[in-house]
Amino acid sequence: MTGMKLDKFCLVAAIAALLALIFPLSGIDGDTGKQVAFVGDIPGLAIAMALCVITGAAFTWLGVRSVKAGMVILAVAVFGCWQAVDVLYDHGVAGYAALGFWLFIISLWAFVWRGIDVIANFHSLDRSKQHAANIVVPLAFGVWLLFVWEVVVSGFGVPQVLLPPPSMIGERFVNSTDILASDFHQTFVKAVLSGYVMGCGSAFIIAIAVDRVPFLKRGLLPLGNMVSALPIIGVAPIMVMWFGFDWQSKAAVIVIMTFFPMLVNTVTGLNAAGKLEKDLMATYASGYWSTLFRLRLPAAMPFVFNALKINSTLALIGAIVAEFFGTPIVGMGFRISTEVGRMNIDMVWAEIALAALAGTAFYGAVAYIERKATSWHPSFRVRRH
Amino acid sequence: MTLKQVVNNVAEMPASKKAVVDINKLSLTFQTADGPVYALSDVDLTIEEGDFVSFIGPSGCGKTTLLRVIADLEQATGGDISINGVTPHEAREKRAYGYVFQAPALLPWRSIERNVTLPLEIMEISKEERVKRAQEALKLVELNGFEKKFPWQLSGGMQQRASIARALSFDADLLLMDEPFGALDEIVRDHLNEQLLKLWARTNKTVAFVTHSIPEAVYLSTKIVVMSPRPGRIIDVIETNFPNDRTLDIRETPEFLEIAHRVREGLRAGHSNDE
Ligand SMILES: Nc1ncnc2c1ncn2[C@@H]1O[C@H](COP(=O)(O)OP(=O)(O)OP(=O)(O)O)[C@@H](O)[C@H]1O
Ligand SMILES: [Mg+2]
Repeated sequence: MTGMKLDKFCLVAAIAALLALIFPLSGIDGDTGKQVAFVGDIPGLAIAMALCVITGAAFTWLGVRSVKAGMVILAVAVFGCWQAVDVLYDHGVAGYAALGFWLFIISLWAFVWRGIDVIANFHSLDRSKQHAANIVVPLAFGVWLLFVWEVVVSGFGVPQVLLPPPSMIGERFVNSTDILASDFHQTFVKAVLSGYVMGCGSAFIIAIAVDRVPFLKRGLLPLGNMVSALPIIGVAPIMVMWFGFDWQSKAAVIVIMTFFPMLVNTVTGLNAAGKLEKDLMATYASGYWSTLFRLRLPAAMPFVFNALKINSTLALIGAIVAEFFGTPIVGMGFRISTEVGRMNIDMVWAEIALAALAGTAFYGAVAYIERKATSWHPSFRVRRH
Repeated sequence: MTLKQVVNNVAEMPASKKAVVDINKLSLTFQTADGPVYALSDVDLTIEEGDFVSFIGPSGCGKTTLLRVIADLEQATGGDISINGVTPHEAREKRAYGYVFQAPALLPWRSIERNVTLPLEIMEISKEERVKRAQEALKLVELNGFEKKFPWQLSGGMQQRASIARALSFDADLLLMDEPFGALDEIVRDHLNEQLLKLWARTNKTVAFVTHSIPEAVYLSTKIVVMSPRPGRIIDVIETNFPNDRTLDIRETPEFLEIAHRVREGLRAGHSNDE
């Protein structure tokens, strides 16, 4: 077979699935003294494993050369994942998973890896197809991670206090939308948004003023570094003393956290315009404000958006941590600290999931506006040709 | 004609027309970390209204620096200079000139049209007028149809033409052009030379034009200034007497070749100073 390359991932998948059929699926139940489940009793699982062996073997020879082939192995993997979850919960394998089960997971892992890899390398001039591929890859990867989390936690019977499976977190999330909504409103809508707007806005305006004072411009960076090194753990209780328990003190913490990144970035950005462009404006006898609005601020926009993106993450962290130091009985940080005390770990995770969603959406929104506003910038414009 | 005779000829010209740029014993020294750089030394030059003056000379001889001094982007360290009888600073404040830089210097966030209207916007000209003038200027450099494109979607030569359109858009009486056609192919260059000459003949603008091309300098100019480096200075000023409505055909005439030859001699002399 000279010159022919075997597809290693598919080979691993086939062999692991074959071994999964041979090795025991689950451990022994202490009460009955028998194995909890056999592959032979569960046709769905047996079919899934056999399918893995066959597809794995076939693609080991054929190679996964097209997106279509990638889709086929991903479809087999999805079926396998479904059967694996099914066997965990409906056949009592949760907490008793043995070598056979894990070998099957390894087989699925190899398939998913190979399938995602093929789609990730997909390049098309058709923009909608390319777009779809760009979405499918991170999505498939995320779903796969959730699956591994679910399977590992359930299969090994990890205590829920340590780490609940995602399905449980999801259930809690769906059943507590009222609480989550009011927490979101308190922490995100009231504290984060107002603190973010005030912090970034004031820093932006002050940056323009500072830009006119040379010694401030130079002294600013070290000061900025110092303030960003300030532990919010120390600042938060003081802000609570100054501004009270409600969202105002959290907004104040956010203002402190977001102020200097914005200030330093804007000041840097205002000096980003090239000498030639400044000379050009000078030949038109363009005044300070005219040059500011027509040249320096547009040139500073990539820097400003950089700070806006950094700050979108900082603001949420700041608000949640600040709520640990006293708040009315609502808010994401408040909920996390109290539910941890009550050992309601799934609620804590539901809040974490909410924070992750809100943070991602916030960042995504800023990044989207950035792309619209600075589409001329070299880092974006390649795509618009 | 010897070099001296030419210079004398210039000195004997009757000073009937108004001097747009008047430079006396001008010098400029850059203080750098490696010691002083004598970019310009002892430069005397008068550019009269309606003159088309070309500056030619080896790289680094101070052509750009001289243009920048006229434009008040650089301050002379010695001598006098006046533009339309006032200081360069006042002239700049009055928007006395349009400057075409050696590089296009288009703003990447503005479309070509909005780049061309930039000076008009700063000069607070109404929107309709701005668009009208941008259309005219872009047509002159044959970029109509590219108004909505962004600079990075255009070739280097097209970008340079857009920057010329921008300098033409506000109709200054004095045009300072630093190698505007350096990035263009021969045919487009010929064409734009013709266009520029027509524009100049029609509008009686005063043009100061830097180039590395001898034929371009001879074809376009009423006055050719030959410069030499280290320190940057003027070594020859040659007047030409071609009719204002000349065409590219004059490049074949003996007169043309003679002047081109003289420019070349001047450049050689400047170069031999180096060795
Ligand atoms: N800002 C500056 N600081 C220090 N030296 C400078 C500066 N600008 C120009 N020079 C020096 O002055 C001299 C003249 O430069 P200039 O740019 O005027 O040359 P040029 O004739 O336009 O050359 P080219 O044909 O290559 O454009 C060069 O030796 C250059 O190194
Ligand atoms: Mg130059």
